Amino acid sequence: MSFDIDIAVQRGERRIIGGFKVPDGLTALFGPSGAGKTTLLDAVAGLLRPERGRIVVAGKVLFDSEAGIDLKPEARACGYVFQDNRLFPHRSVMGNLLYGWRLAPAERRWISPDDAVAFLGIGHLLDRKPATLSGGEAQRVSLGRALLSGPRFLLMDEPLASVDLARREEIMLLIERIRDEMRIPILYVSHDRGEVDRLADQIIPIDPG
Amino acid sequence: MILTETEWQIVALSLKVSLAATVGTLPLAFALAWVLARTRFAGKVLLDAIVHLPLVLPPVVTGWLLLLAFGAQGPAGRLLENAFGTSVMFRWTGAAIAAAIMALPLMVRAIRLSIESVDRRLESAARTLGAGPWRSFFEIVVPLSLPGVFAAMVLGFARSIGEFGATITFVSNIPGETRTLPLAIYSTLQVPGGEALATRLAVISVALSLIALIAAEALARRGSTTRTGHVL
Repeated sequence: MSFDIDIAVQRGERRIIGGFKVPDGLTALFGPSGAGKTTLLDAVAGLLRPERGRIVVAGKVLFDSEAGIDLKPEARACGYVFQDNRLFPHRSVMGNLLYGWRLAPAERRWISPDDAVAFLGIGHLLDRKPATLSGGEAQRVSLGRALLSGPRFLLMDEPLASVDLARREEIMLLIERIRDEMRIPILYVSHDRGEVDRLADQIIPIDPG
Repeated sequence: MILTETEWQIVALSLKVSLAATVGTLPLAFALAWVLARTRFAGKVLLDAIVHLPLVLPPVVTGWLLLLAFGAQGPAGRLLENAFGTSVMFRWTGAAIAAAIMALPLMVRAIRLSIESVDRRLESAARTLGAGPWRSFFEIVVPLSLPGVFAAMVLGFARSIGEFGATITFVSNIPGETRTLPLAIYSTLQVPGGEALATRLAVISVALSLIALIAAEALARRGSTTRTGHVL
């Protein structure tokens, strides 16, 4: 099992429940906006705490309310690609790419900065500041930053949302290559049927509670 | 305008007191600003009010409270005496403390605005990339709130240069030790025929304050190209 998740998260008045067990590959959480997909990703990343339940990724327990386990976000080794990319505005593209890489223990790094830069085709952007990047460029850098942090699994939250249509295909191809060549479990959130059908090995529907 | 030795002594003392007050208060101001911007707890309104108190109290009252605290019988005064065998009474360090207390609310406000404009989602991004809470604080929050820190320092410095009431109440008006620019102007005006010197000191004082305010506004503008923010 790559993702073995069974949690309930309280968000204000709402209670978001997620439960699924999926094998390796790219798993899409599919549902309309506001269904709580991002909330589930945040819970897996450790950015918010479920009320109860259990999160196991690739055999490692990240959260278990009964056993009192709740790993901090920095101990979960997830590569989180945010919808709004969240690049650090005061650091160059290179500074962003190397942020997680420098913090990751050597044995967890599985791709070098040179390889990641070549793979994503962002060699010409390294000295730029994030504010000067287009949506597609920023999302490539964001992918690179996540890959370089030595992640054991990837979380992608609508990675195509801030990319204009003309550039979507390029990013989709990159995500397919990450899925096929890097063999790392991916949890992918989207509300777009076509995107999900094309990219996902398995689809988990998330309905608004 | 060339300064006489006495004038230079007054200006140098003012600069020393203000610089010490501003630099010394900065860590406390940043900590308070962070607490007020980012935390929620019972009594936060009270803390906010206490931080702002020197802004609205008559400075004489602030000076007198400092006198009670740092005097030979005061709790802070006794602590300093027992721990370091020293006292800030009638010393330039006392003048710096008075200036620091008066500058604190302005500094906290400027830094707080800056911290509030730092996107918290950037901190969570840093956490997922392996940074602990302290690292994400020092590598994300601190650098992104630097414009507010610079503005706070300039504002605090300007406020300290102008400090009068709390200083004269707390550490008196001793030439070469606690007689800063405003106190010197006041003293000069008490003496018949002192207007010429008072005028010269007043011009210096206006110039210093103007420079500081323009610098603060320029820094705030430069730091807030993507945000909104004015110091003035």
